[in-house]
Amino acid sequence: MTGGFGSRPRKEDQRFIRGRGTYVDDVKLPGMLYGAVLRSPYPHARIISVDTVAAEAHPRVRAVLTGETLKQRGLAWMPTLSGDQQAVLVTDKVRFQGQEVAFVVAEDHYAARDALELIDVEYEPLPPVVDALRALDPGAPLVRDDLDGTSSNHIFDWETGDADRTDAVFRAAPVTVSQDMLYPRVHPAPLETCGIVASWEKISGKLTVWATSQAPHAHRTLYSMVTGLPEHKIRVISPDIGGGFGAKVPIYPGYLCAIAGSMITGQPVKWMEDRSENLMSTAFARDFHMRGELAADRDGKIRAVRVKVLADHGAFNGAAQPSKFPAGFFGVFTGSYDLEAAHCQVTGVYTNKAPGGVAYSCSFRITEAVYLVERMVDVLAFELDMDPAELRMRNLLCPGQFPYTCQTGWVYDSGDYPRALRLAMDIAGYENLRKEQRAERVRGHLIGIGLSFFTEAVGAGPRKHMDILGFGMADGVELRIHPTGTAVLRIAVQTQGQGHETTFAQIVAEELGLSPDDVEVVHGDTDQTPFGLGTYGSRSTPVSGAATAIVARKVRERARVVAAAMLEVGADDLEWEPGRWFVRGDPDSGRTMTEIALAAHSSLELPAGVEGHLDATCVYNPPNLTYPFGAYICVVDVDPGTGKVDVRRFIAVDDCGVRINPMIVEGQVHGGLADGIGMALMESIAFDAEGNCLGGSFMDYLLPTALECPSWELGATVTPSPHHPIGAKGVGESATVGSAPAVVNAVIDALRPYGVRHADMPLTPAQVWRAIQGRPFRTDLAIT
Amino acid sequence: MTMRVAVTVNGTEYARDVEPRLLLIHFIRDELGLTGSHWGCDTSNCGSCVVWLDRKPVKACTVLAAMADGRIVRTVEDLERDGRLDPVQQGFVACHGLQCGFCTSGMMMTARWLLDRNPDPDEAEIREAISGQICRCTGYENIVRSVRWAAQNPGNPEHPAETL
Repeated sequence: MTGGFGSRPRKEDQRFIRGRGTYVDDVKLPGMLYGAVLRSPYPHARIISVDTVAAEAHPRVRAVLTGETLKQRGLAWMPTLSGDQQAVLVTDKVRFQGQEVAFVVAEDHYAARDALELIDVEYEPLPPVVDALRALDPGAPLVRDDLDGTSSNHIFDWETGDADRTDAVFRAAPVTVSQDMLYPRVHPAPLETCGIVASWEKISGKLTVWATSQAPHAHRTLYSMVTGLPEHKIRVISPDIGGGFGAKVPIYPGYLCAIAGSMITGQPVKWMEDRSENLMSTAFARDFHMRGELAADRDGKIRAVRVKVLADHGAFNGAAQPSKFPAGFFGVFTGSYDLEAAHCQVTGVYTNKAPGGVAYSCSFRITEAVYLVERMVDVLAFELDMDPAELRMRNLLCPGQFPYTCQTGWVYDSGDYPRALRLAMDIAGYENLRKEQRAERVRGHLIGIGLSFFTEAVGAGPRKHMDILGFGMADGVELRIHPTGTAVLRIAVQTQGQGHETTFAQIVAEELGLSPDDVEVVHGDTDQTPFGLGTYGSRSTPVSGAATAIVARKVRERARVVAAAMLEVGADDLEWEPGRWFVRGDPDSGRTMTEIALAAHSSLELPAGVEGHLDATCVYNPPNLTYPFGAYICVVDVDPGTGKVDVRRFIAVDDCGVRINPMIVEGQVHGGLADGIGMALMESIAFDAEGNCLGGSFMDYLLPTALECPSWELGATVTPSPHHPIGAKGVGESATVGSAPAVVNAVIDALRPYGVRHADMPLTPAQVWRAIQGRPFRTDLAIT
Repeated sequence: MTMRVAVTVNGTEYARDVEPRLLLIHFIRDELGLTGSHWGCDTSNCGSCVVWLDRKPVKACTVLAAMADGRIVRTVEDLERDGRLDPVQQGFVACHGLQCGFCTSGMMMTARWLLDRNPDPDEAEIREAISGQICRCTGYENIVRSVRWAAQNPGNPEHPAETL
């Protein structure tokens, strides 16, 4: 099979269906030891003492690490991806429940766990900051007394847009609406938890780690910075990764503990967190307390949007996002609409909760932005008594407006929004659904129809604007063509299930006319791949996908020169068709890529200045982000007696530009839609007033199963990105971003007979019941 | 303290001296080196660890190895026999029933069990059968389709493993 794009089975499936994948926990090295982390039961407490004598005396324990052990090696603190510092093992006080206090290295993981029980820690409990809305109160406990000159829990203020102009539009607008809402703290919860195998070899001075990493090159650099080991002596291998969704972008204290444990014991150390550790201590997502306001005309023309956000970043500011964007890409909160003005102000605060800040397929906070604006559009529809589809259609950007610079300065590359919304409505049978809804309401049945229209900004990003910890977000790629014409592509992005081994081979195949089977994709090993920033924010196709197309085109041009020499004609006289160069006007005189590859490695004389071989490299610095978009419609049935929500149908029309492998695109959309149902109806990392995490296991943190999910109904439009070499846009997070507001809008729509205008996620039966009873909010939500 | 446990796994009998508290999933993965079955939650919620115990799916994270003494375990590594894939495995490839692959072993073991009892399950029956297992990637749609594919291609003579 030759030719590139199109649905085709994935190469990587062959090992997974046989149980032959290699995940981090499958790595077993000779002499390997096992680590376990002792965690704080308190959300805020001073450490008086840590007594490890009994643990060290355990016959199978090889080392016990505390904050003091690490401090002596300069490893007690590590940088976060937002330039904050985070304790690896605590030296002063614990700042969230589940924080890392000590690390045991033992001969097996049962013994390591046993030894945790033998460590005696004396704590002095302190009052915690739990409610983000009270974090800046005078007299609030200070979370970060480790930072010099810090006297409050304030992290940052960030604003975008034009405040004065927005205020002016609001003053003049005949209609304004305002709504407070919370995007609750949720967790990406990949099925594989986070973990590492660290192997330090004293003689070579080389550190090799196998880690659950979405960004192996960034991790290598961070390990070098933290440990002081020279970077060329560090190798990070990301083997098969059991889902990431953002949770595997940062480095975690357990990783550094395992590295330190290996350096201390001289043996490899494995550490895999358990599910409770995963949910309680690794990257959470969202936790945005938002007030949205819209200004509009009476006919529904939206004129301006104004937003105020209080962002709960937990105990350490560990958000993984480009450094100039402390609220991520929330700046696209203007959504898919043509507005006169927009302004938003975001304040970030510390609380005694786990650190993190962006994750869970959020496209750097676009999830929150889309939820805000799509909820607000429905609030406006409620106030104007307008159909929400009609209101959206009235305000969507028109195809002729692209490229469109939104009121906060983001340049949307391409789109045909009305076409996508119309297609979704056609698939749904929108008018008939509304008729059915009216008829059923008379009978007391609650049917809800919810829409959302999203625009994402993905593929970070242009180096001039976007970096993480100072590293510009360009990606390298290398393509080698062997003498017999097969190819090896080395990429810096990291699949966690996205199917890169297949899709990236398809890009090379498309550009060079090879079979994807003849292109091997190498990834997940910093010793074998060029530098790049990894996979998150739907950036693989927009950045490394572009790099791959470009490097293949470089090879194609080199092949042209070689073919010209073979045919003894000028390179300009050659024309390309997939897989071969031929003489213009003489299609029979040509050379295939296989023939050219062999000649390129042969003694064939090439023109002066032309090197042999066909290998090429490329570093791609994207000129802009790509802007995928979509129209989603959710249909729910709500039981007025119990508040239970059943998702009856979900229609998703996605436009991610050119699709390399539509089967894989659809699969990613399916997964994101399930995320939306989970977040809208089930998932929440909640805390009690004392700061105890209430979502610390899958018994408490509820994820959707096959029974909560309907059979998804997909549609597609294709509007190519004008600046991406193959016209593709990212898609991995689109459905997660777009689906939650559609589900919530559907539930609120179902509750219309009760006059409900808003209720916060997750819309559990209890929460829906409260909304029906006229208590839709958490009372602590008011933003002042 | 250890105890002798003898378990027949994928047709081979293994005897090991293990701690009484050793979980079956750790026995399979760490003692026998069969890493196709995974571990994901500790609380019997995610189903990454589903294997067969005496021909019935169990969550091996909440079964002690000692409880499997004298019994028969089947894992994902046994689905392919004599170089021929199980139709369930072929279905998962053909219908893109997996992405990260972590839940896949457990899903396939449950699917094989379902098809052995009900060769032609409808969508609702498939969803019910896998409802004790979590997938974070696929939204379940293509898992359901994969199992339907396997139901429709039970003999698979025309779909040799090598072509998928």
